[in-house]
Amino acid sequence: MKKDLISITDFSKEEYLRIMELAADFEANPNQELLKGKVVASLFFEPSTRTRLSFETAINRLGGRIVGFADPDSSSATKGETLHDTIKMVSNYADLIVMRHPLEGAARYAAEVSSVPIINAGDGANQHPTQTLLDMYSILKTQGTLDNLNLFMVGDLKFGRTVHSLLQAMSEFENPIFNFIAPESLQMPRGYKHHLEERGIRYFEHEEFTDIISEADIIYMTRVQKERFSDPIEYEKVKDVYILNKAMLENTKPNVRVLHPLPRVNEIATDVDSSEKAYYFEQALNGVFTREAIISHVMNLK
Amino acid sequence: MEKNDAKKKLKLKVSAIKDGTVIDHIPAKSLFEVIAILGLDTIENQITFGTNLESGKLGAKAIIKVSDKFFENDEINKIALIAPHAKLNIIRDYEVAEKKIVEIPQKITGIVKCFNPKCITNHEKITTSFRVINTNPIALKCKYCEKITSEDEIKML
Repeated sequence: MKKDLISITDFSKEEYLRIMELAADFEANPNQELLKGKVVASLFFEPSTRTRLSFETAINRLGGRIVGFADPDSSSATKGETLHDTIKMVSNYADLIVMRHPLEGAARYAAEVSSVPIINAGDGANQHPTQTLLDMYSILKTQGTLDNLNLFMVGDLKFGRTVHSLLQAMSEFENPIFNFIAPESLQMPRGYKHHLEERGIRYFEHEEFTDIISEADIIYMTRVQKERFSDPIEYEKVKDVYILNKAMLENTKPNVRVLHPLPRVNEIATDVDSSEKAYYFEQALNGVFTREAIISHVMNLK
Repeated sequence: MEKNDAKKKLKLKVSAIKDGTVIDHIPAKSLFEVIAILGLDTIENQITFGTNLESGKLGAKAIIKVSDKFFENDEINKIALIAPHAKLNIIRDYEVAEKKIVEIPQKITGIVKCFNPKCITNHEKITTSFRVINTNPIALKCKYCEKITSEDEIKML
């Protein structure tokens, strides 16, 4: 049976750990020609320069060839071709499909249609599992463990898919504590809090972004995304509420690291960049190693 | 005695059948959806129905009597989403031979539309599929977009 990565919950804890192990291996030795002679389709039905470059770098470092498109205007979707037909065709050409699509559930559907593995590089506001795995790898690298961590999530916790998936993944590990900092209108949805309650995992909700972060091991910042709001007035009200600056990090733990899925707008002041606690750019680099690991795992290359 | 007579008269508002199925306790507003889901609008059997009948539990209820038709469980459970309290009487020779209640299945394929306008199933020709994650109130998790359609958001396809 082919292996896909559509949703972070598709993988078990053992698989998360396997990906972490492989990512460390690729970090030590990024150029390994495991994809030599293979063709990977990179289908971006919605532009995402960062994610696409990260994937394409990973594929190149593995020695694979890439076909595909970077934005929907240059794909047959503009001619009205269905996703079904595009995937059917491409899965006959390529050995693996990496896809980003603006509609939710598109990747799951593609996996049903395709005869080759699908890696979801983001389906609307739903899932972006490779981001979660690179976040986990960044946490593991900076903390030395994925157990017993106090994770602060800040900003848009309602629409932010990265925090939702990270919560689901980290709740598989020993004794995490979650702290959610968000305005009332952007709080962590009920379903995810229920997910924690079912597992007996502690969480706390705050509206104020204060020195409570002194307890944090990880501060995961998020961008409030304009496109997720149907009401522009609501967006204006909340967009500048939570901004992290360097002074706020003074009394935090020495091991704390600030993560952000990027791109940031203004939620992390640029003076944080020079702090040793800033980790978001390294986090992005970890994405390449993690994606090499994920590709190797779904294609059974290692 | 008088009360029983009155009850009898009320029942006779919708005529009795010899053999077949009586589906009772359908919310009046869901009657036509139930008819559509069960395909009663396309079969040739004799069907009588009554709607906006008084019911203590439902406010206004509807009842359907289908002659010479006996539903499979899979078939009848499809109406559980919109008529969760429906009761079936299987009639043989004017007598109630068996009583059944509808059960909400664990998986719903087709029938329901995903409430999420950005779900792929609302843009391409795909059979919807949901896992029932709660029954009272009903909550359905879409296999594709993973969003939860709650009871008051349920729309039939």
